[in-house]
Amino acid sequence: MEQLTQTIQSVPLNHYILFSSIIFAIGVIGVLIRRNAIVIFMSIELMLNAVNLLLAVFSVYHGDPAGQVFVFFVMALAAAEVAVGLAIIVMVYRNTHSIDINVLNRLKW
Amino acid sequence: MSLFYFVALLSIFFALMVIFAKNPVHSVLYLIITFFTFTIHYILLNAQFLAVVNFIVYMGAILVLFLHVLMYMNLNNEGSEMKSMLMKVSGLIAGMCLLVTLVGSMKTLAVSDPVNLQDADLGLVKNLGKVLFSEFLLPFEVSSILLLSAMVGAVLLAKKEPKSI
Repeated sequence: MEQLTQTIQSVPLNHYILFSSIIFAIGVIGVLIRRNAIVIFMSIELMLNAVNLLLAVFSVYHGDPAGQVFVFFVMALAAAEVAVGLAIIVMVYRNTHSIDINVLNRLKW
Repeated sequence: MSLFYFVALLSIFFALMVIFAKNPVHSVLYLIITFFTFTIHYILLNAQFLAVVNFIVYMGAILVLFLHVLMYMNLNNEGSEMKSMLMKVSGLIAGMCLLVTLVGSMKTLAVSDPVNLQDADLGLVKNLGKVLFSEFLLPFEVSSILLLSAMVGAVLLAKKEPKSI
């Protein structure tokens, strides 16, 4: 473990921010171009993970454990969000027999 | 150092596969691999607690939930085609604009110090537990109430409605 973490020592902070921005942008593109509600949910998970990783990186960069505690809270929130969101998708599927979000544009059945 | 770039490349590749895969089941499987690469990133940062939580909560709980919901719905006959070509191109352009804006704002920030691990046991369970149960005790308890209410809400939403309404 010790020499494994030695390898990270010389990665600039810029590259971490760039990497997280790319993953976040991929999540945004996924939300915009897909019609399947579950894939849209997965793109939102990607965005959450990008932000989580960047929080952990800044926590290590500043030597402050509060950032990692915050990541833990974000993970608990993501679990709650996924449970409720998937329940809503199941309900939509039961009523419309489709999870295409274009079916929902009238906001009534 | 090169290990970070290799894993980052893998993450970006599999994240792209998540949003461009035709079959939603394949998307979930690619998402599992993406989260695994994120776990490797946490290990590289020596955030061992977050690595284990990411592994258990995301790959163990959330993605199993996704797979269950996908199996519950029979999506074989429904082609999960993308939106029309115009929507697809405009969505790609909008996402790329966001990326360019973020990168451009990062350029003006001009920080390029290397990420150094000053305190080697920063991300260990002992250290994080001390912070979590002293400074962040109230948010921790509130998040338990949030999880409880989310569980009740999910059960209530997914329950079959009575016919008479």
